Amino acid sequence: MTDKKARLLQGNHACTLGALAAGVRFYAGYPITPSTEIAEIMSEELPKLGGKFIQMEDEIASMACILGASLTGKKVLTASSGPGISLKQENIGFAAMTEIPCVIVNVQRLGPSTGGPTSPAQGDIMQARWGTHGDHPIIALCPSSVKECFDLTVTAVNFTEKYRVPVYLMLDEIVGHMREKVVLPNPEELELVERKKPTCAPHEYKPYATDESLIPEMADFGTGYKWHVTGLFHDETGFPSNSSQVAERLMSRLMNKIEKYKDEICMWEEIQTDDAELLLVAYGCTARSAQEAIKLLRAEGIKIGLFKPKTIWPFPELPLEKLAQQAKHVIVPEMNLGQLYYEIDRICKDKAQVSGLFKANGELITPGEIIAKVKEVLS
Amino acid sequence: MIPELEKFFRVNKLPHIWCPGCGNGIITRCLVEAISQLDIDYDKTIVISGIGCSSRAPGYMNFDTLHTTHGRALAFATGVKLANPELTVFVITGDGDATAIGGNHFIHAARRNIDLNVILYNNNIYGMTGGQGSPLTPTGHFSTTTPYGSVDRNFDITKLAIAAGATYVARGTAFHDKLLTDCIKKGVENKGFSLIEAITMCPISYGRKNNFATPANMLEWQKNNAINVKAAQKLPPEKIAGKFLIGELHNEPYAEYTAEYDKLIAKYQEGAK
Ligand SMILES: Cc1ncc(C[n+]2csc(CCOP(=O)(O)OP(=O)(O)O)c2C)c(N)n1
Ligand code: SF4
Repeated sequence: MTDKKARLLQGNHACTLGALAAGVRFYAGYPITPSTEIAEIMSEELPKLGGKFIQMEDEIASMACILGASLTGKKVLTASSGPGISLKQENIGFAAMTEIPCVIVNVQRLGPSTGGPTSPAQGDIMQARWGTHGDHPIIALCPSSVKECFDLTVTAVNFTEKYRVPVYLMLDEIVGHMREKVVLPNPEELELVERKKPTCAPHEYKPYATDESLIPEMADFGTGYKWHVTGLFHDETGFPSNSSQVAERLMSRLMNKIEKYKDEICMWEEIQTDDAELLLVAYGCTARSAQEAIKLLRAEGIKIGLFKPKTIWPFPELPLEKLAQQAKHVIVPEMNLGQLYYEIDRICKDKAQVSGLFKANGELITPGEIIAKVKEVLS
Repeated sequence: MIPELEKFFRVNKLPHIWCPGCGNGIITRCLVEAISQLDIDYDKTIVISGIGCSSRAPGYMNFDTLHTTHGRALAFATGVKLANPELTVFVITGDGDATAIGGNHFIHAARRNIDLNVILYNNNIYGMTGGQGSPLTPTGHFSTTTPYGSVDRNFDITKLAIAAGATYVARGTAFHDKLLTDCIKKGVENKGFSLIEAITMCPISYGRKNNFATPANMLEWQKNNAINVKAAQKLPPEKIAGKFLIGELHNEPYAEYTAEYDKLIAKYQEGAK
């Protein structure tokens, strides 16, 4: 085994290393703070690995470009923030509909509009779920440390290749820009997923036919399968159809892909929850403040724990529900004016009292603010 | 259908959705004829389109085909070609698709001189949405959103392409089908960004509003108003005024994007000297 050295890395940097380790060999993007380091590092590293980097004319084009590349069999990724993520939405819907694997990194900044380019926020949680028009499947992962930036990028690439669902990686300005000491795994320690390709003869290929896995096999463009890709509702052959039954069948399979694999997709951590009568639910940079607050509150004898979802869409509903049963209060600190709060309230409301601690001014929620909220709830 | 061309179509997907008298069938036939005359690997030929009547053509064509979002065909095509430069990539796009919503992608794909073969089906109108004005609707012409005649100035898309850096630019029409086929072939032979503007006709949404009684009148208009660029060189300006040029308008090779990127990889790839 090669010696693993501790490295001081930025979250955005760890994200690119995760992408490269997971096999990403194509990146298209457009510069935007606070995600730009990802593009810069990719432009330097990809050619060294025989991969391709292209700076496109805008984020709409960047999203389109990675989907084109993915169709040729490449693992692809793009990164952006607020305004750029808004521009990508239509083509993210196209990816969901056509089942083209892709990873979209959103290093969240304060919105709406140009908002606060260098200010952290967690304001795009609902956009990640519902940003494009129409019902559609989506997966969103949310790291809260530099190490998790690496690990969850690898997972994001694996998920999109396996399930053929667009995967968001939701960083925020703090997680993206903070530096931490990390020890990265050796490449051979990583389990990588390759998309399923057809083995049948080209004339037998039905690009959207599936078995019980619900995930169709995907032929690389240029290998003789001669298939059709369209964002229109389509049948198993890939060709458009006006039939409402065809539309219904496709829609339900797309959504059922998430339902079926929820247990594999949902990742979370429970920290000091065994005896917790009070539960914090926090993700991303806010989870760091939550952990600090728990340390201080525990020292005072308050039985408090943390539920930290690493997958935010689909939300790990069942484990949270279980914890909520034993807790009296659930508190959701988030750097927006209440987004994941509504999902958590929906899950927990019959079991515990749910309150939010919201902040959307570009400042981190501090451990002190969380402690004050906890005391308010307890009083 | 011409029997030799049948293998290039998904015959079981026909009849197509286009209206009777629509020019899109002629343009698509010219494209397929050009492909049949070229020495290219059909398994490695990709046809990509945006959204519009014209952009439905790839669905009928027997290749790997990609029907994208409105205006974005060139951005998808850039990804396909850059990821696998071995592929021959065609882009089918309408005048609205390429020059309005997709205008930015158009100039940047031309600027990069990436090896894409763009066939722009110009019917001077938004056909699919029922006949609204496009950036190629001539000033003064009628559409459902220019009921008093268009006030907007229209693009000459070939000039825009040349200015943006396209290395092969040509124009043909549905009437001048042989010429159009030749232009497409030359465009494929050009290793770089090729734009072939194909003047087609939309009798339903454009013709009826602009005094064309029948589709044949529209073909006749093409015949009477097109001047071959070679013939034009010998004509006095007054004979050219108000007409449009057809044939090869620009052919000036330049370094191709994906080849340049491959050189960069060869230089910097780990293990490279
Ligand atoms: C983002 C977006 N805006 C608008 C539309 C509606 N739309 C569909 S086709 C079209 C215009 C097509 O015109 P053109 O590109 O000239 O092609 P044609 O139909 O004439 O061949 C429009 C505006 C759309 N599909 N997507
Ligand atoms: S609306 Fe016009 S462009 Fe569209 S199919 Fe009909 S004739 Fe052709």
